[in-house]
Amino acid sequence: MAEVFTNATQVLQGFKGVKKVSVEEYFTSGHRTCQGCESALVMRLMIKAAGPRTIVLGATGCMYVANTTYYTTPWVVPWMHTQLGSSGSAALGTAAGLKALMKKGRMKAEPINVIAFCGDGGGADMGLGAISATLTHKEYNCLILLYDNESYANTDIQASGSTPYGANTTFSPPGSVKRIMHNRWKKNTAGMLAAGHPECRYVATVDASYAVDMMNKVRKALSIGGPTFIHSFDPCPKGWDFDPMLSHELGELAVETGIFPLYEVEDGVVRHYGKTRAIAEGRPRKPVREYLLKQGRFAHFTEEDLDYFQAKVDEMWEKWEIPGVIPFWKEKRPAVPMP
Amino acid sequence: MAVETKTIAAAPGDTEMLISGSEACAEALALADIDVVTAYPIRPYDTVMQAIAKKIANGKLVAEYIVAEGEHSQFEIVKHASTVGARVFCGSSGVGWMYAMECLTVTPPLRVPMVAMVGNRALDDPGAFGVEHNDALVVRDLGWMLIWVDTAQEMLDTALLAYRIAEDRRVFLPIAISADGAFLTHSQALVQVPTKAKVDRFLPKYDRGDLQLHPDNPITVAPQANEDWVIEIRRQNNEAMTRAYTVIEEAYADFRKVFGRGPDNPWFEEYMTADAEVILMGMGTISLPLKVGIRNMRAQGKKVGLIRPRWFRPFPTEKMVAALSRASAIGVIDRDYSFGSPFGSGVVANEVRAALYNADKRPPLLSFIGGLGGREVTLEDVYKTADMCFAAATAGKSDLKTHWLGVRE
Ligand SMILES: Cc1ncc(C[n+]2csc(CCOP(=O)(O)OP(=O)(O)O)c2C)c(N)n1
Ligand code: SF4
Ligand SMILES: [Mg+2]
Repeated sequence: MAEVFTNATQVLQGFKGVKKVSVEEYFTSGHRTCQGCESALVMRLMIKAAGPRTIVLGATGCMYVANTTYYTTPWVVPWMHTQLGSSGSAALGTAAGLKALMKKGRMKAEPINVIAFCGDGGGADMGLGAISATLTHKEYNCLILLYDNESYANTDIQASGSTPYGANTTFSPPGSVKRIMHNRWKKNTAGMLAAGHPECRYVATVDASYAVDMMNKVRKALSIGGPTFIHSFDPCPKGWDFDPMLSHELGELAVETGIFPLYEVEDGVVRHYGKTRAIAEGRPRKPVREYLLKQGRFAHFTEEDLDYFQAKVDEMWEKWEIPGVIPFWKEKRPAVPMP
Repeated sequence: MAVETKTIAAAPGDTEMLISGSEACAEALALADIDVVTAYPIRPYDTVMQAIAKKIANGKLVAEYIVAEGEHSQFEIVKHASTVGARVFCGSSGVGWMYAMECLTVTPPLRVPMVAMVGNRALDDPGAFGVEHNDALVVRDLGWMLIWVDTAQEMLDTALLAYRIAEDRRVFLPIAISADGAFLTHSQALVQVPTKAKVDRFLPKYDRGDLQLHPDNPITVAPQANEDWVIEIRRQNNEAMTRAYTVIEEAYADFRKVFGRGPDNPWFEEYMTADAEVILMGMGTISLPLKVGIRNMRAQGKKVGLIRPRWFRPFPTEKMVAALSRASAIGVIDRDYSFGSPFGSGVVANEVRAALYNADKRPPLLSFIGGLGGREVTLEDVYKTADMCFAAATAGKSDLKTHWLGVRE
């Protein structure tokens, strides 16, 4: 069968350049996130892209606790808290409720965007099962956006499954005997969700340093029909220990070094975009040390650690079946004892 | 061991069906025209989800039927569906209910009028399918209204009542209807199923009003509140639970008017208590052996009666105290445990003790634990319980031990 099923109810055209972006703000003053917090910017761009006919569900994390305080909420659109591991269920339940009421004529039938967001702890760890389930329920239109600040930030910066190798977090402090407490490689969340849910029509990675691209991916995810997933990469000055003025630059460096690839998977077709496309086509990547050494969380890295990190990123581009996306290797590797 | 139960005369238009407790619940859900339901398998409650699935497959109910990937999601999905204005149903048993615990916690403070069925089941470990009430009881402090039913008819009627009560704006709290696993979920009985027209007269549409999450009503639900506001929010919850007393009375009165059946006293069933010296108490289907035992003891001239609590939350303190104060001794049989509790008693016994504390007349109260894991409560158990109560009545005081019924020591 060569067709895909769709239940799209609207078309949100992409913004053609930054000057065409709407000036309306739906995420305004009142939040109390750190200076230079990219996740707060992601919230603002996300809802700007979606517009006012949207319901937002937010899982516990910085974007709840620091962001949405009683009497000072920055949200202009309807907003509701959901539990840490519940972004998938929140999106699904809200979409199902709207659908039932519209079907039975008890609510005006119209496209209402449903977006549930979660952090990396809430989405890539605790709520992964619920997100996975939601991505299989193709009759409900909703978007799950995972904002990845690479730690359980709100609870004081603890290592998550999305924390990069070796990073200093409060659960993985470098010590005199163990320099590297966090020795797990970061989960490949977007790639895994795209590969694992053949009927999910849209999965994308975004980075708010490329704001128009980011907003247009949100608009596509909300138009295409069915449940969709977006993974955003969010420099976090507090958790990563860098000067807040560097947030934008670090977002760019993560892409330019090849550490965080930008791609979308639409109906199973993978497309690298932005600077990642050039990398996938063989253009040189910046060395990872340019990115890592700007952050206090890697300050304890030795040359050996930097080399290890670089080698792992090289593999993503040189050895993976689909570079930067799917970590299936083209060849078998020898097994050696753990260091 | 047939029990003398009043046969309910079929009202005009009603249909008589031979169905299980779970199926009776599904009949009520179709009549209530629920909008979103989420299912996850665990015995014995899952029979209700099977019955709903058939109804939807056969066009008897139009609803979003979502098979969740675990009970946590199961309860979260309907919680969110309810906030946009959908009438929802959910349920679970035993460890499934515990798996959903976080979601059970947040549902009452969000003022979500979810109706859930708990097919009561022993908690792991070890695995056991039979009934124990610890699953549903675990939410007793959190703002869930809790009711135990003992027949399929009562299940159907209570499900309709539950939506009416939960969705009353004065309340807006979730209700869990407990049905003893196997004994009620799976046992068939004749049930009078009312017409849709009558149900529509009794049950208004769910209206979430200004709490509805919708772009036309851009509210923020559950922002981080901290010590600034949390105690006020808890107090509001408590007031909703307090208002439920009136709402429950009103709903049952209306139910009797519309359907021509239903108890005068919503809170608990009294069986042969008018002149009873000893009152035995137990929730759920334990009423069956208790009633048979009581009738047999009555034949020997022993004045025994039964109080079967329906509503455990809100707890009918004054009414219960008034009813119990008439007795010379009380025997509470808990189908649950509360390790390390005062006197090592079950939950119901200690609630009743607390209710009686300020009463003018406080009959001796004996505490029993029995029927755990679905173990049969035998007539011998019932006679032994009553005899111990008679002895306490004569002595004018009770021991403070908790007696385990039918345990291999
Ligand atoms: C079930 C549960 N466990 C733990 C917590 C404590 N908690 C609150 S916020 C948070 C951090 C979440 O991390 P992430 O999802 O990455 O969001 P971030 O704070 O980084 O924005 C945790 C662990 C919780 N709220 N709920
Ligand atoms: S800790 Fe990080 S994610 Fe949280 S508010 Fe601060 S910068 Fe943003
Ligand atoms: Mg995080």
